[in-house]
Amino acid sequence: MGVSLEVEGTRFEIEDFLAAEREKDLLRFSTAGSVDDGKSTLIGRLLYDTQSVYEDQVRSIEGKGTTAPGQIDFALLTDGLRAEREQGITIDVAYRYFSTARRKFIIADTPGHEQYTRNMATGASTADAAVVLIDASKGVLIQSRRHAYIASLLRVRQVVVAVNKMDLIDFDEHRFRAIERDFSSVLDAIAADTGTPVERVFVPVSALGGDNVVHRSDAMPWYRGPSLLELLESLPAAHDKLSEHFRFPVQRVLRPDQSFRGFAGQIASGSIRVGDDVTVLPSGRGAKIERIVTWDGDLEEAVAPLSVTLVLDRELDISRGDLIAEAQAPATVARSVRAALVWMDQRPLDVTRRYLLKHTSQTAPAFLSSIDYRTDLTTLAHEPADTLHMNDIGAATINLLRPMALDLYSRNRGTGAFILIDPESNATVAAGMVTAAYASAATREGDETGAWGPVTAGEREARWGHRGAALELTGPQALIDSIERALFAVGAVTTRIDAANDTFLLHPEFLDLAARVQTESGLLALVVHANQSAMLTARVEGLELSLDAENPMRAVAAVHELLRRVGIFISTEKAGL
Amino acid sequence: MPVAEAETPVRSSSEFLNSQGRLSHLRLLEAESIHILREVASEFERPVMLYSIGKDSSVMLRLAQKAFYPAPIPFPLLHIDTGFKFAEMLQFRDNTAREVGAELLVWRNEPAIAAGTNPIVLDTKRCCGLLKTQALLDALRHYNFDAAFGGARRDEEKSRAKERIYSFRDSAGQWDPKNQRPELWNLYNGRIHPGESIRVFPLSSWTEMDVWQYIHEEKIPVVDLYFAKARPMYVRGEALLPIEQDFVAWPGEKPQMVECRLRSLGCSPCTGAIRSDADSIPAIIAELISFRSSERANRVIDHDQEGSMEIKKREGYF
Ligand SMILES: Nc1nc2c(ncn2[C@@H]2O[C@H](COP(=O)(O)OP(=O)(O)O)[C@@H](O)[C@H]2O)c(=O)[nH]1
Repeated sequence: MGVSLEVEGTRFEIEDFLAAEREKDLLRFSTAGSVDDGKSTLIGRLLYDTQSVYEDQVRSIEGKGTTAPGQIDFALLTDGLRAEREQGITIDVAYRYFSTARRKFIIADTPGHEQYTRNMATGASTADAAVVLIDASKGVLIQSRRHAYIASLLRVRQVVVAVNKMDLIDFDEHRFRAIERDFSSVLDAIAADTGTPVERVFVPVSALGGDNVVHRSDAMPWYRGPSLLELLESLPAAHDKLSEHFRFPVQRVLRPDQSFRGFAGQIASGSIRVGDDVTVLPSGRGAKIERIVTWDGDLEEAVAPLSVTLVLDRELDISRGDLIAEAQAPATVARSVRAALVWMDQRPLDVTRRYLLKHTSQTAPAFLSSIDYRTDLTTLAHEPADTLHMNDIGAATINLLRPMALDLYSRNRGTGAFILIDPESNATVAAGMVTAAYASAATREGDETGAWGPVTAGEREARWGHRGAALELTGPQALIDSIERALFAVGAVTTRIDAANDTFLLHPEFLDLAARVQTESGLLALVVHANQSAMLTARVEGLELSLDAENPMRAVAAVHELLRRVGIFISTEKAGL
Repeated sequence: MPVAEAETPVRSSSEFLNSQGRLSHLRLLEAESIHILREVASEFERPVMLYSIGKDSSVMLRLAQKAFYPAPIPFPLLHIDTGFKFAEMLQFRDNTAREVGAELLVWRNEPAIAAGTNPIVLDTKRCCGLLKTQALLDALRHYNFDAAFGGARRDEEKSRAKERIYSFRDSAGQWDPKNQRPELWNLYNGRIHPGESIRVFPLSSWTEMDVWQYIHEEKIPVVDLYFAKARPMYVRGEALLPIEQDFVAWPGEKPQMVECRLRSLGCSPCTGAIRSDADSIPAIIAELISFRSSERANRVIDHDQEGSMEIKKREGYF
């Protein structure tokens, strides 16, 4: 028996609606701006214009608020707690939900002041995109920079810049373009500092009038791009976790009887099939996947982020906190890490105290052996510091009292993130992102003689100043030589693979293999296709640049810039910029 | 306890993917909730699942079955019985617990019930305070539970929008909105001092629509009161009041048969029905789309006072 339904004059079958719902994916985005940039109004508008608020909620705010009579104060739709309403401000992260015909959205709405950094980091940690608000009549303020910085630090790859209150500047294109230029250079500087490229789009909007929020506006004929909502509908969802290596933190051992022993967890990244070889860390023992068990029946293959239960083909001593990883590409078992930290507690960081570090499903005691620097978010300068205060961002070296299997945050958001807990107050005091991992405990002198075990990606990266990558260069030989020389000069460990080699021409897969082996060892492999062209093409990790070969100085600089943008160089000093 | 046999049909995970090869939003929500259930069961000594018999509890219970399969659910279910629940609900509760094989605990604030507490004698706020909040706090203390799962969702109400997944409560069970821990990624800080506890909301990111769609896809049984049929009701203008309790009736008032259903299940004196002919889950979903008012609008209790949910939470309510 079919159930049909009429919405806005169109009749459709509910089964068709449900089928369409099954096609929807989920996009999480965070929002932030300075106080009064119009963030609440913007979100209220998004919810209202997508029919995501109920009539009784609209009725309950009609005639209230600060807007002109007859106008709805959309900000009231999103204003949460009483305490805030009394003070007339928002003070915490609030989550909102709406959906369109294409996807479901979860907004992590973060306030623009009081405990701002902490809240923004919380919102950004699970976000696929960040909507940064700028008040067009005021230009770029510190809060917008701060939000963009945090989004980049936490690897939110997409930044949508909503330039709001365009009505207050007569929808003027020139002023919009000026803000776009200003903020773009801010974003470039941020990407250089965090090593994470920031993809950005700018949209001129008026939240109050609804211009370019859900519907495209007639007031700005010079802007031909999509509305904010259209943009959000088209952004790629979730990080491409499937292309990352398989990681599975064990949450719980399930042992209902003698015949069954399974490891329950959520796939943090990658995918797994029955028969795959895995390594259990930190022990380093190997096994094969025998079964992938779920309540709905066994699976042949499972992908991130499904929650499943794995059964291995042999008895290994595995407990909560262990990591089951792809055998070909296991994680680093670290005794110490270097990490970016966002400090979130009233009580400042104290290097003489012990903290608890929670990473995936494991918790271990940790000491902060040194504070490497504090970042000034206005200038992006790294300043020496002996503590971090609430809302500070910095970097520190942390010794773990028990080895932990982890990855760099730049490679894996799930196995590269951690929180620090104060064991006395039990407060969550910091969010951390691993930037380098060492198999031995760090000493203040950086002495590596005590190190053991395989050299890790983090150790190579820390020493060489860049991570592994294959840079494909097509163009005149002489120019390619200068590019390599310039990279070598700033300390990059380069290798050169001539793509015109007979073996590679006959077996192109060998070329890929050679490049991959070198990349995985942390080398910067130049894959060279020499020709007589007047153009040079540089390609790395899906980004491509075409450059005029007649201007070698510019071409060399542009290649450096490209490597910096993609986050291959970990610091600007090493890149010589 | 039956254990999965290797000969259970092996499924391809492509069944979980939509036509674009991506996991649907329900699979993503399910995976996230299961992760939370497993974390809490592994990190706390005495967790319990608040089971309120409604649709959200039904989904939460199914997720718990999935999270620990093929092992049994490693914590008991707790129902706070105010004495004003519909008879059908209690029947359903007992059947469900038996079918799922879970231990069921029922707690009632007997002294308050014996004293004749009801929402007409007291106001709804004080009635809830005694029969729900006080009963809950007493039960948690009695059994010494250190973590309690609840089926609340962030889309239900404005003050819930800011609720954490791990909601920290002091030793009096109270909630301080200003003193909640930041939650980053999927890393939850479950450390507490003796006497403190947390409330955990595994369905935080679900919406009412998601819950109904999941019930539909997973064929999860729900109480019959959600489906429309002709039921005797006191009709007062727009409002339809269940006849379960005598004291609800005005002098001389007679019930009428009305085609109706309940949108959310609470105590009978405070839960209004809605006129509806939605007699199946697809029909309920269709109604939800056409019908633009929040589900709690039909519960008398949240209207008493602007921000009343927040006040109740501060006092220890879910
Ligand atoms: N002229 C104009 N005013 C706006 C616009 N958006 C928001 N406002 C006003 O700016 C003020 C602050 O807005 P609100 O949404 O509360 O800002 P928030 O503090 O960022 O959440 C309110 O008076 C809004 O009515 C806009 O697009 N144009």
